[in-house]
Amino acid sequence: MARFIVRRLVGMVLVLFAVSILTFLIFNVIPNGDPAVRMAGKNSTPAQIEQIRKEWHFDESLPQQYLFMMKQIFTGKLVSYSDQTNVWEQIRMGLPRTFALGIGAAILWMTLGIILGLYSAVRAGRFSDRVLTVLALIGISMPVFWVGALMNYYLGYKLEWFPNGGYVEIAQGGIGEWLYHLILPWTALAILFIGVYSRILRSNILDTINDDYVRTARAKGISERRVMTRHVLRNSLIPIVTLWGLDFGLVIAGGAVLTESVFDLQGVGQYFAEAIGRLDVPPVMAVTLLGAVFIVVLNTVVDIVYAVLDPRIRLG
Amino acid sequence: MASTDSAATDFSDDLPAAIAAEERHAPAGTGPWRIALRRLRRNKVALAFGVLFLVLVAVSLAAPIWADEVAHTTPYQNRIADTITIDGEERNIVAFDGVPIGPTWHGEYFLGADRNGRDVMVRLLYGGRNSLLIGIGASIITMVFATLLGLLSGFFGGWLDWIISRCFDVMWAFPVILLGVALGVSLNISGITIGPLSLKSGSLWIPTVIIGIAYVVYLARPIRGQVLALREKEFVEAARAQGMGPWRIMLTELLPNLASTLLVFFPLIVANAILLEAALSFLGAGVQPPEPSWGLMISEGIEFLTSAPHLTIAPGIMLVLTVLALNIFGEGVRDALDPRAKIRLEH
Repeated sequence: MARFIVRRLVGMVLVLFAVSILTFLIFNVIPNGDPAVRMAGKNSTPAQIEQIRKEWHFDESLPQQYLFMMKQIFTGKLVSYSDQTNVWEQIRMGLPRTFALGIGAAILWMTLGIILGLYSAVRAGRFSDRVLTVLALIGISMPVFWVGALMNYYLGYKLEWFPNGGYVEIAQGGIGEWLYHLILPWTALAILFIGVYSRILRSNILDTINDDYVRTARAKGISERRVMTRHVLRNSLIPIVTLWGLDFGLVIAGGAVLTESVFDLQGVGQYFAEAIGRLDVPPVMAVTLLGAVFIVVLNTVVDIVYAVLDPRIRLG
Repeated sequence: MASTDSAATDFSDDLPAAIAAEERHAPAGTGPWRIALRRLRRNKVALAFGVLFLVLVAVSLAAPIWADEVAHTTPYQNRIADTITIDGEERNIVAFDGVPIGPTWHGEYFLGADRNGRDVMVRLLYGGRNSLLIGIGASIITMVFATLLGLLSGFFGGWLDWIISRCFDVMWAFPVILLGVALGVSLNISGITIGPLSLKSGSLWIPTVIIGIAYVVYLARPIRGQVLALREKEFVEAARAQGMGPWRIMLTELLPNLASTLLVFFPLIVANAILLEAALSFLGAGVQPPEPSWGLMISEGIEFLTSAPHLTIAPGIMLVLTVLALNIFGEGVRDALDPRAKIRLEH
């Protein structure tokens, strides 16, 4: 077990190293104009441009530039090209918002996914099951930014039931305002996953319901309710829980960029979207790396938990 | 006993038994493809949505006809200062306060205008053409590369497998949407030339290639797993004993066995590719203006949501209908070919 974990950790570091190189190359090999010229502005002299080039190490070789940027990242001194703000400070400001969005949505989609999936499986083939199936398929077919924009328009602007986007810190507006501003973003982000999770749980339950141990449980005279919750649901949930870890990582690592932009939550994703619009490489590098860290860490955790839960899994 | 008629999806609560029963009913010697086709043909809902998808494709392909014969305009023509006459009443295409005209339900400006005075219906049809082209093109790229990499890595094993698998690990760790946006924005600034291949800035190939590559790992991994299992089967051993080379074994023995997996994945990948194209265009990294696409039209419309909601609603409905049709048809294909398959793609 210890060897397995060590090997996974080493692999993690190597993957992150590769991701950082790739992201760096995307912006330095594909021609996208000279950052020094962009930073100097329109009315700049060649001397000024040369000065900036030197100051920001643009005149060095690619490996040197890469090392310089990684050093900045790890010492927390990474600075944006366009407005010279510290990238880590910006990310630290956005991260609580992204987490608030991601965690709330993840709880919402897990809860509703389980309730609807279970209900659908129990009523398999009936009218209510069909309606839920159709709704789930519609849910997974809608772009999140479109749903979010329409919610904002109809529920926020027209009916005035909800605020028109924005994020309120708990410290400023209290927990009520915080919740009030997050309900629409949570719902918009969760819709897709509710569809996916309820469908997967439904088919998992229908698969396990015919297993021998379920028949044994029934034969022992255990009530149907208890069979469903204690035997069927418990086993059907394992794949869903692991999936939940992976999806949560993906949402935090960039999946939330669309929702944040539509609702103007000013989280890390929106920071990324705004930075890329200005071709501001340092924030893009930092957010991509951070995202990859989340994905890789959660992947590894899920693998280890899985290996602990199910001893049949070969550690390799 | 569960019934064997499956609707949009498997509604039976005893799937294995249902499948076994169906296979018993088929006359001896009926091939698996024929059984699958029969199952799909009985699935009226899936078929209906498959037809809906074809209709949407046909309508999008007919974009030039509508533009020339009915609307008398192009998707790029700005008529910001013009007026049109509807039911004898002369109206500005774009009002003085910048609000464009809403749906006229006439030939010209059937669905109204956008803020540049362009015909929304015409742009919707041309945008559909672009969205579908990118979605289908990207899925073909995904299929080809995923099959190739999965076959190579699963069949040869060894160092080749090690290298390919490590590349998959890196791709897997990349946040798909961040990768797509970063690539899309940089490529669209001045394009790129790699050997004989040249991507021009603003070309539709840019989002197509990006999306195609982004999904490769999600398909290549399951294919590799399947090849690993197939490699040990007797028929492969027999082929090898007959002196068949590795390439011929891959082409004639393994590929046909992967066909059903590829068929099951294809519509679902197209659906997801269309959604990813919309997301990239929304973030400015996909289709570049003035070229239309559904995602770009939604993104342009959201700014004017309060004054001209039709700009956001119309392309959104087309997009959702297309993706929904593909999802439902795709599930039908999956139920027919491989009812126990568990398929999932990331967005």
